[in-house]
Amino acid sequence: MTRRRLLSDWLVPLAVFGALALVPKLNVSIPKLFDQPISSPGTLQLLAACVLFGALALTYDLQFGYTGLLSFGHALYIALGVYLSNIAITDWHWNFWVAILFTMGVALVVSNVLGFVSMRVAGIAFAMVTLAFAQAGAVLALKDPHHWTHGEEGLGADYTKLPHAFVGIFNTKNLYWLALAFLAAVFFIVRWSVESSPGRVWQAIRENEQRVEVLGMRPHLYKLQAFVLSSTLAAAGGIVYMLLYNGSTLAVTAPNFTLTLLLMVVIGGAGSRWGAVLGGILYTYLNDRLVAVGSSSTVEGLPHALRTPLSQPLFLLGAIFILIVFFLPGGLAGIAARGRPSGLRRLQDAIRPDHGPTAPQEGA
Amino acid sequence: MAVAAPARTLLSVRDLHVHLGQSHILQGVSFDVPEGGVTALLGRNGVGKTTTLRAILGLVGRRGSVQLDGEELTALATHRVVQRSVGYVPEDRDVFTGLTVAENLRLAERDAAPRYDLVYELFPELEQRGGQRAGTLSGGQQQMVAIARALLNDNRVLLVDEPTKGLSPALVADVARVLERLAELTTVLLVEQNLGVVRKIAHQAIVLDQGRVVHTSDAKELLEQPELVRRLLSVGSHP
Amino acid sequence: MSTFLLLTITGLGLGAMYFLIASGLSLIYGLMGVLNFAHGAFISVGAYATWWSELHVFSGVHSSALRFLLSGLLGLVAGGVFAALVELVLIRPLYNRHIEQVLVTVGLQLAFVALLVGIWGPDAKAFVVPAWLHDTTTIAGAHIPNDRWVEIAAAAVVLTSLQLFLRRTRYGLIIRAGVENRAMVQALGIDVRKAFTLVFAIGGIAAAVAGVLSGVYFNVVGPDQGTSLLIFAFIVVVIGGLGSIGGSAAAAVLVALTQQYTNYYASAGIGDMVVVLLLGLVLLARPRGLAGAVVGARA
Repeated sequence: MTRRRLLSDWLVPLAVFGALALVPKLNVSIPKLFDQPISSPGTLQLLAACVLFGALALTYDLQFGYTGLLSFGHALYIALGVYLSNIAITDWHWNFWVAILFTMGVALVVSNVLGFVSMRVAGIAFAMVTLAFAQAGAVLALKDPHHWTHGEEGLGADYTKLPHAFVGIFNTKNLYWLALAFLAAVFFIVRWSVESSPGRVWQAIRENEQRVEVLGMRPHLYKLQAFVLSSTLAAAGGIVYMLLYNGSTLAVTAPNFTLTLLLMVVIGGAGSRWGAVLGGILYTYLNDRLVAVGSSSTVEGLPHALRTPLSQPLFLLGAIFILIVFFLPGGLAGIAARGRPSGLRRLQDAIRPDHGPTAPQEGA
Repeated sequence: MAVAAPARTLLSVRDLHVHLGQSHILQGVSFDVPEGGVTALLGRNGVGKTTTLRAILGLVGRRGSVQLDGEELTALATHRVVQRSVGYVPEDRDVFTGLTVAENLRLAERDAAPRYDLVYELFPELEQRGGQRAGTLSGGQQQMVAIARALLNDNRVLLVDEPTKGLSPALVADVARVLERLAELTTVLLVEQNLGVVRKIAHQAIVLDQGRVVHTSDAKELLEQPELVRRLLSVGSHP
Repeated sequence: MSTFLLLTITGLGLGAMYFLIASGLSLIYGLMGVLNFAHGAFISVGAYATWWSELHVFSGVHSSALRFLLSGLLGLVAGGVFAALVELVLIRPLYNRHIEQVLVTVGLQLAFVALLVGIWGPDAKAFVVPAWLHDTTTIAGAHIPNDRWVEIAAAAVVLTSLQLFLRRTRYGLIIRAGVENRAMVQALGIDVRKAFTLVFAIGGIAAAVAGVLSGVYFNVVGPDQGTSLLIFAFIVVVIGGLGSIGGSAAAAVLVALTQQYTNYYASAGIGDMVVVLLLGLVLLARPRGLAGAVVGARA
């Protein structure tokens, strides 16, 4: 292995994760960025969420950025992880570890079935179908069958059945480490799978699915692989989510949830090594902090017209997202890409509609 | 046969490059199309003849220069190129199957006075079938629509791509006759595999191979040399 | 029997709204290849503009029917103008970059809903309509709320107008041809892009009508209404076939009626899931939808 690869493949990630692991030990205050010292439970909760969403964004990037599958229903699998594990533990009184295995098993089966059906169509239609399935899941959660999901109230987790290490405010640091471990695991799994030989086919499919077919391989099978891996990892993330937030609520079933993942991936840089992670961390942080900014005294003093949009973090984030799509399609990671086509640029063919010959970029 | 006076160049293509996906299809194509008559663009299957026409129109991304009567076309978007009086009869006809014959023609109207009288004189059947959906027409009839579309307007040059493809011999003869008539009115750049048609109506021949122009000459001169024809086009000479 | 009739008419009313949204989505996708998530914003513009102008612009008008009509008209215009602006500013500069176009509409949708929440709060607002719309007409023993008739009539008017426009005008001709083969239209010397703004505006107006009608149907306007209707409209569009107005109409009726019957005869909420099941079945049998010409697995 060349020295450069050794560095970027192993040393850098391990250094980053190692550094992040030290955070709960550092009683340091960063005034502008955080209200309290970074080792305090409140800040650790936020940082854990940032790290978790970095991981979740990466699971989404696996299908979107690497394989070119645009799904609007990724949240379904996260929600599955969140709800099913909680229901098994709290409603059915199962053992924690059994519940986890069960959840992962269900996620594996469901993603295979739904993935197979969804891939009967491609491109835009695929996106809409995944949205529809996610919506069905949302309806199911709302309907509260057998009083398992508890509908709009949500279901708090039965903390007596959770491992002690994850319960209680002073154990927030454990949850942080759990989220970080999950991120590291997802990072290495995604990296390994993308560089494996099926992974190379995924990337080829992203560039030009027809060529893959012409070369004698069946893209459906490979796309399904990527989809199932991505969805199952997402479900695992859902379990971590459930632990972090101590229960399950309808928020994870909203269509918005998948869309925010999409924003994270694009802002960070689709299909790049660190882009999705960066996007997830940054988005989660901004989403939290912008609320604080919105109600701060500086903003309160602004004229009403300016104050209103600024008080809504999603407005700002949506606007930033649009600007990035226009001016920085490679996302933040694209800034470092040095001329290689990155991010959205590589996805050109992924959802070209099946028209008659489409005209190329026309002269202005 | 009188020797024609050297005609001025109407369309001038210089160093045209086109990349499609990974392949470098046109690798510096250069040729001149003289005003008047039919210039045939020949070559083996897949060599880039259709791509050349599409590149002139701007339907594919290209690098190089295309000048019509001195005006640079590569700076223009497709619809603007066509508005400079360039007509196009595409390889697969590309008539709009959901529209009627009359609607197909109406859509193609560009000039203030479209030449319906000429079109219906050459293709009386189109007038009869005006209300028929173009998708229900036969291949030959669709070809008529495709040519009629280009005929409606007073074009300076017509880019015609394999108009006889898939047609019966009788229809091929019909199309050749129509093209001859067209050549009296305007300049035609014709991509054609059927050498019989080429022999009958073409004045000049340009041969493409491996993304470049490899031969230019009078059309009849070329076709009278079967060895040359076989080498360039990999076919025996047709009747 | 009377229940069945009530369910059917209600279903048709709901289907009317789905069709209004789906028709715009279908045209926009068919012609431009853009999946317009921002359609939800167009719906909301129609709803909120109507609600707002009824309170602030036309509050002086005595006749409640006239007041509602004028507000509705303003809502429609607002929807159309907003949609045209979106196309010109956000979509056109990204010509042929389909993924970026989709993403931009997603971002717009999210930002727009946030804006609505920022300005008017997350709660739904009561929608003021002429009392007549709340009354019922009795037919064959069924008490049918009058708003259903308005919804069905509105959809019928829009459907007819659309068909007339597409078949009788030059732009309609350009759009029909462009849905089939955009490049060939360009090769005839026509700048298809002019039709894009028009198609967006038409979609915006139709969506705005749906927005107003949804306010009548649900009695409130809320920031989430656009998004939830949009999802069902997406399902309708895929089942009916992207690019086909007729397909959208048929699928809208199918989906809405299925929803209504199942929600009542089986159990509330199940209808929504059955619709998704229906989508799955249609996809397994006919990936291109009932009438679709331009989408499907890249087979």
